[in-house]
Amino acid sequence: MNVEVTPLPGIGTRQDFMIRSGRRIGVITYRDGKFELIVSSKEDPDDCSASIPLSTTEAGTLAGLLGAPQLVAQLRDEHSDIAGISTKQFPIVPGSVFDGRTLGETELRTRTGASIVAVVRAGAVSPSPRPDFVFVGGDLVVVVGTVDGLQQTADILGGG
Amino acid sequence: MHSTAIALIQLGAVFFGLGLLGRIAWRIGISPIPLYLIGGLAFGHGGFVPLSGIEEFAHIASEIGVILLLLLLGLEYSAAELMTGLKRSWTAGVLDIVLNAAPGAIVGLLLGWGPVGALAMAGVTYISSSGIIAKVLGDLGRLGNRETPVVLSVLVFEDLAMAVYLPILTAVLAGVSFLGGLSAVGISLAAITIVLLIALKYGRFVSAIVDSPDAEVFLLKLLGSALLVAGIASQLQVSAAVGAFLLGIAISGSTAENATRMLEPLRDLFAAMFFVVFGLNTDPASIPPVLGLAVALAVVTTATKVATGWWAAKRQGIAKLGRARAGAALVARGEFSIVIASLTVASGAVDGRLAALATAYVLLMAILGPVAARIVEPLAKLGAVWGWDHVVGVRVFNHMMAPRRCSPAS
Repeated sequence: MNVEVTPLPGIGTRQDFMIRSGRRIGVITYRDGKFELIVSSKEDPDDCSASIPLSTTEAGTLAGLLGAPQLVAQLRDEHSDIAGISTKQFPIVPGSVFDGRTLGETELRTRTGASIVAVVRAGAVSPSPRPDFVFVGGDLVVVVGTVDGLQQTADILGGG
Repeated sequence: MHSTAIALIQLGAVFFGLGLLGRIAWRIGISPIPLYLIGGLAFGHGGFVPLSGIEEFAHIASEIGVILLLLLLGLEYSAAELMTGLKRSWTAGVLDIVLNAAPGAIVGLLLGWGPVGALAMAGVTYISSSGIIAKVLGDLGRLGNRETPVVLSVLVFEDLAMAVYLPILTAVLAGVSFLGGLSAVGISLAAITIVLLIALKYGRFVSAIVDSPDAEVFLLKLLGSALLVAGIASQLQVSAAVGAFLLGIAISGSTAENATRMLEPLRDLFAAMFFVVFGLNTDPASIPPVLGLAVALAVVTTATKVATGWWAAKRQGIAKLGRARAGAALVARGEFSIVIASLTVASGAVDGRLAALATAYVLLMAILGPVAARIVEPLAKLGAVWGWDHVVGVRVFNHMMAPRRCSPAS
C-alpha cells in the first residue's frame, strides 16, 4: 500500500491511500494527538464525504476491529503448511447461548477436536484464552481445527 | 470599594455579553469577530451604555489581545514549515500579494491617504484570517480534502509576508523620512532574517528558556516573556505586536504546540476585548459614509482571493470544484486586518477614516468568508447544472453540514 503523507501546516498531518474502488481513505493526526478518520467522496476525489473525529481509544478500537481479519489470516498462514488444518472465526451472537458463559462450557475440544486460539473483543485480542474465559456477545472466536471440526464448531457456537 | 464593584459588574457584563455574541455567531456559522466589533460600536461614542471606570483595563487588555494574537500567529507554524511553505508555494504567495494588496493600496491612494495609507490598506485587504479559515475548514470537515494543503500553504506564506510587512509598516507609521524609512526597512528586514535564522538554528534554546514541564510556571514564563519582548519592541519604536510575533516565530517544536494550547483561551479572552475596544474607539457615524466603498472593496477582494485559491489549487492538479473550494476558503479576513488598522490609526499618521473603512470591510469579510466557504459547492454545482462547466454531476445530497458547536476562537 502506498500511503501518502501530507503535512497540514498549523494543524497536523494527513495520511491517506487509494483503495480499489477509487476512494481515498486515511487519517488526519492533529498536533494535539486527536485523530480524524477521512473517507473521500465518490463523485469528487478531492473532497471528503466523511471526516470523523476519534479519540485515541476509539482509534485503537477501530484499528483492532479492522485488524482482526488480518490476525485470522496470519494464523491461517501459520497453519497452512499442516495438511487438513484451517482457521476460522465465529461470532458470539449477543443473546445467544454462550453470551455470558465460559469457554469451558462449550466443551469445544472434547466435542470437535478444534481449539480456540484467540478471542477478539472490541478490537482487542485475547490470545490462548483459558477455560474460565467468559464470552460476551459480539466476541469473535478464532478456532483452529479440521474441516469437520470447524463445521461442528459452527453448529455448537451458532446454536449451541 | 464601591467603584470596584461597579467595574466588576461592568466587566462581567461585557464578557458575558461577548460570550453570548460568540455563541450566536458560531450557531449561525460565522466568526464572532464582526459581532464583537458591532458590540464595541454599540457601546462606543454615545452608544447605549457608556462604560466608565474600566477604560484603563480595557485599553491594557486590548493591547495584550494584540500581543497574544500575533504571538500565536508566530507560534502557529514551525520555522521548518515556514521554509518548506516558502519553497512550495511562493508563486501562489506572490500572486496572492499582487491580487489582494493592490485593491487596498489603490483605494488608499484614491482617498488621498498617501503612500502610507495605501500601505496600510494594502495590508488590510491582503491578509486572510488564518483563525477563521482553519475553524471553518474544520467545521465543514474539509481538513482531509486535497485542496486544503494548498489553502494552508497560502496562509503560511501570508504569515511570512506579515513578518516582513509589519515591521516595515510600523517603521513607516513612526513617521520616518524616506531615507530614514529605507534604513528602518533595512533594519526590520535584518531583524526578520536574524529571527528566522535563530528560529531555524537555535529555536530549541529560545524554547528551552520559556519551556517548563509545570503548566503554571510555563504559562507565567510565556506570558512574561511575550509582554517583555513586546514592551521592549515598543520602546525601540518597533511595535509591541511585531515583537510578540517574532518571539512566536522563534519559539518552536513541541514548546510552540504546548504554548499554543496554553495561550489559546487567554488569546480568545483578550482578543475579544481588543475587538470591542477597537469598536468602542470607532464612531458608528463614520461607518455609513465609507460603507459603499467597503462593499466595493469586499466584492473585488472576494473575487481576487477566489482567483488566488483557484490558481494555487490548479497548479497542484485539483479539479474545478476543489479549486472553487480553495478559493472560497481564503476569502475571510479578520483579526489581522483589524490589528493593522489599529496600529495605523494609533500612530495618527493616516486619516482616521481608515479605522471606519477597515471596520466596515472586516465586518463584511468576516461574515462573507465563512458563508462563501459554505455556499461555494452548491453554487459551483448550480453552475454545472446551468452548463457553466461540465466537471461535476448534480448531487441531491446537500453538502452544507451544520457547524459543530465549539468555543469561539477569535
